[in-house]
Amino acid sequence: MKKYDAIVIGAGHNGLTNAAYLAKSGMDVLVVEKNPWIGGASVSRSLHEGWTYSNCSYVCSLFRPEIYRDLELARHGLQVIPYEGGLTFMQDGDYFGNYSDHERHHRELARHSKRDANAYDRFSADVSRQTRLIRPFLMRTPPDPTSFKPADVMELVHMLKTYWDLGEDILYDTMRFWTMSVGDFLDEYFESDVIKAHMAGSGIIGTALGIYSPGTAYVLLHHYMGDVDGSIGSWGFARGGMGSIAKALAGSFQSFGGEIMTDAGVDKILVKNGETKGVVLENGDEHYADIVVSNLDPKRTFLKIMDENDLPPDVVKKAKNFKIRGSSGKLNISLDGMPTFRGIEKGHELLKADFHFIDSMERMERAYDDWKNGTWSKDPYVDTLIPTQVDPTMAPPGKHMMTVFVQYCPPKVNGEEWTDELRDEFGQTVINQIAEYSPDFKDLILHAEIRTPRELENEVGLTEGNIFQGELTMDQLLFNRPFPGYAQYRGPVKGMYMSGSGTHPGGGVMGAPGVNSAREILSDLSRKNVTPEAFSDE
Amino acid sequence: MSVREADKRVLRTPFYSRASELCQTNLWSPWKAYTTVDCYSYVEEEYFAIRNATGVFDLTPMIKYRISGPDGLAYLDKLMTRKMSKLTPGRVMYSAWCNDLGHVLDDGTVFHLEENLWRLCSAERHMDWLQATALGFDVEIEDETDDVVGLAVQGPTSCQTLKAMNLSCVENLKPFQHMSFDFEGTKLMVSRTGFTGDLGYELWVPSEYAEKLWDTLFEAGKAFGILPIGSHALDIVRIEAGFIQAEVDFVPALNVVRAGRGRSPFELGLDWLVHFDKPVFNGRRALLKEKEEGSRYRFVRLDIEGNKPASDSFIYNSKKDIVGHITSATWSPSAKKNIALGSVEMPWGRLGDELYAEIYYNRELKWNRLMARCHVVEGAFFDPPRRRETPPLDY
Repeated sequence: MKKYDAIVIGAGHNGLTNAAYLAKSGMDVLVVEKNPWIGGASVSRSLHEGWTYSNCSYVCSLFRPEIYRDLELARHGLQVIPYEGGLTFMQDGDYFGNYSDHERHHRELARHSKRDANAYDRFSADVSRQTRLIRPFLMRTPPDPTSFKPADVMELVHMLKTYWDLGEDILYDTMRFWTMSVGDFLDEYFESDVIKAHMAGSGIIGTALGIYSPGTAYVLLHHYMGDVDGSIGSWGFARGGMGSIAKALAGSFQSFGGEIMTDAGVDKILVKNGETKGVVLENGDEHYADIVVSNLDPKRTFLKIMDENDLPPDVVKKAKNFKIRGSSGKLNISLDGMPTFRGIEKGHELLKADFHFIDSMERMERAYDDWKNGTWSKDPYVDTLIPTQVDPTMAPPGKHMMTVFVQYCPPKVNGEEWTDELRDEFGQTVINQIAEYSPDFKDLILHAEIRTPRELENEVGLTEGNIFQGELTMDQLLFNRPFPGYAQYRGPVKGMYMSGSGTHPGGGVMGAPGVNSAREILSDLSRKNVTPEAFSDE
Repeated sequence: MSVREADKRVLRTPFYSRASELCQTNLWSPWKAYTTVDCYSYVEEEYFAIRNATGVFDLTPMIKYRISGPDGLAYLDKLMTRKMSKLTPGRVMYSAWCNDLGHVLDDGTVFHLEENLWRLCSAERHMDWLQATALGFDVEIEDETDDVVGLAVQGPTSCQTLKAMNLSCVENLKPFQHMSFDFEGTKLMVSRTGFTGDLGYELWVPSEYAEKLWDTLFEAGKAFGILPIGSHALDIVRIEAGFIQAEVDFVPALNVVRAGRGRSPFELGLDWLVHFDKPVFNGRRALLKEKEEGSRYRFVRLDIEGNKPASDSFIYNSKKDIVGHITSATWSPSAKKNIALGSVEMPWGRLGDELYAEIYYNRELKWNRLMARCHVVEGAFFDPPRRRETPPLDY
């Protein structure tokens, strides 16, 4: 059987990014993917004729522009279109709108609170300071703080110097910011409940924590640190759906001679004498390579496709304790036309972006209470978009596609496995909430794909359906991601590496874990570094 | 106190009522005689209307000349550097025209409307030069800038939009062809032309039909993501397409005061528009001499490292000598590259030459300077196949 230079397990965006860089450096690389399609959570599929869904991830901001440019993803067909707008519908019939234009936004904020309108500038500057701090570290391998290797020491010094340069006040803010709750953070700026509720969503998306749980302020930052064409904090649609990102990455990978095998789930990573030798597929086929990269989450990697006997007990224990709790669901809906929403005219610019139906911090927290009680939120926080207002490729002309991300949805319902009936009931809860604000919504539904953590886990392979491959809390970030001692993309077995969102800098369709991991592999092989340097914000 | 309408410095185009209704920013700039929208909503949104759906741009201020008469073709052949003999009725040709020094007066498009009737669209006014060249030809030249209005309808869903206007067989129109349709009792001319380097069309009607055309077009485009676009978004796409603009990338020869500021077609990357196999045309002798002796400058399209636009930058060679400057620069959201157009002294600007752009940029009132490596590239920065496909795919 042919021997490859490297095998990458999982054709998600990070796996493909990793594979593309290994192939770009001249290596002979095979990507194996369990599904008949590629993309992982960056996937677009047509489940209702004429409509295309972004089945999992649905918007793009975090994807590193350096990778986009360097791998020529534009030439391979990728187009990310930024969107402007967004709103939160209120129970009293009003709404809070999110305008990109500063002056227009100020007027909208002032409509709800004059003080908040002004505080928003303070908020923006403070958040910008934090994003400015973290962005340069996205495309860098975190240092191991316990290591005395020159590279680690230098990187640690670099990191500390960057922090120190901020000045004392900001340093305090940073320490607090990384550990506090999004609720407490927003309370320091705003008095209007709907303004806080609108912004708090970014702190809990994909996270099994509530708005007043410590650590959620960072999750907000995680959603603010991306950019589209240099506009930091902007989000966009991938034309044709998020699968276009995977498709372009695959095109780039293949242009370097890479090979992708679908319907090729991995049963085991082959290890002999403490070194990886390749993979055994579920169908029994074996493929060989001295480098094996797992793009799967840490639990799947170490507990499912590796033999416990091949691993240090410490790693097994850490993998078992890794926090990767399912907390989200997703609805993808084919619509026969554009729904009407209460209190805002059809075609209003605010509707072109994300909209939500929870207008108070109290309701946000109650939604989390339901999850803690073992069920889905009866009044959920949803992140809803109708991308077809902008993207003409995902539904027939005049028709629409709606994507609804739902927080919270538990991995098990009251301790029991999900059933199809429960899944549909969950879907109905979400549809009912939207219908309260849109009288014609239900009549326009032609088809709906309802996904609970069960579907996300079974189809995409994300343990418990956790969209970030592990929670984004301080104990699992930077040199702690996925676990202390293993944050530099190297596994515990020689030749074994990790490239998924379970590694630094974490989840979101970012590509950074994939490129960072490739850089480490190339360095271990003494090959020339072909990965791009980060653009500077300075 | 009030200002008489005739004393207003800039005029409103016949689309003003519609454009002002849709303009959220209220930001306008003068373009020739008229005020036109810089940006309706967000530059990014308008930019992506062109590259993702359909963007509509008001072309009213473009200078338009009506050229008629039995000697029209011979006249155009004398005027233009490009051989115009292939310009049959139903076709459009892009060309440049020069003064006797072989310096470009302007570039523009010529439409052969019907037997013995042409339209020349240009950025600048040229009546004086056009009349001077007409000596000895049986042609008549009229300025019809204010009589004819145009809307550029550009982007991947532009053809679908026009089909929804019931313009039958419009999808068969090839690049640089035009055809006419009955429209509300007048003639609507549709040409497959544009300034975006994308699939796109330009729609032309007598001015009095402007609002009717706008309304019909926007109604038809509703399901195809149609949006009006301002000049800022258009500027990004034309740089991506690698198109030059008068008064930005070159000084029209008519306006040149300082010696050496004019540029020949060779110096603007327009070599392909110069046809020496026709015996006579304006500037021929000077251009022939330049061809033999070599040009002074080279027009370059540059892919620049990093993400800071190189607007107005000096261009250096590897020895750190200034060898040229950037004339247009932008971040390209479609190519995902930092791109620019520029003019460099010969022999610089060859493929593979080591060039640097000196970029200045401001961060919270502090200026930073950086030398960014530039790579000379050939052709458009963004060149989608749909630009040439006939009939085009649906998006």
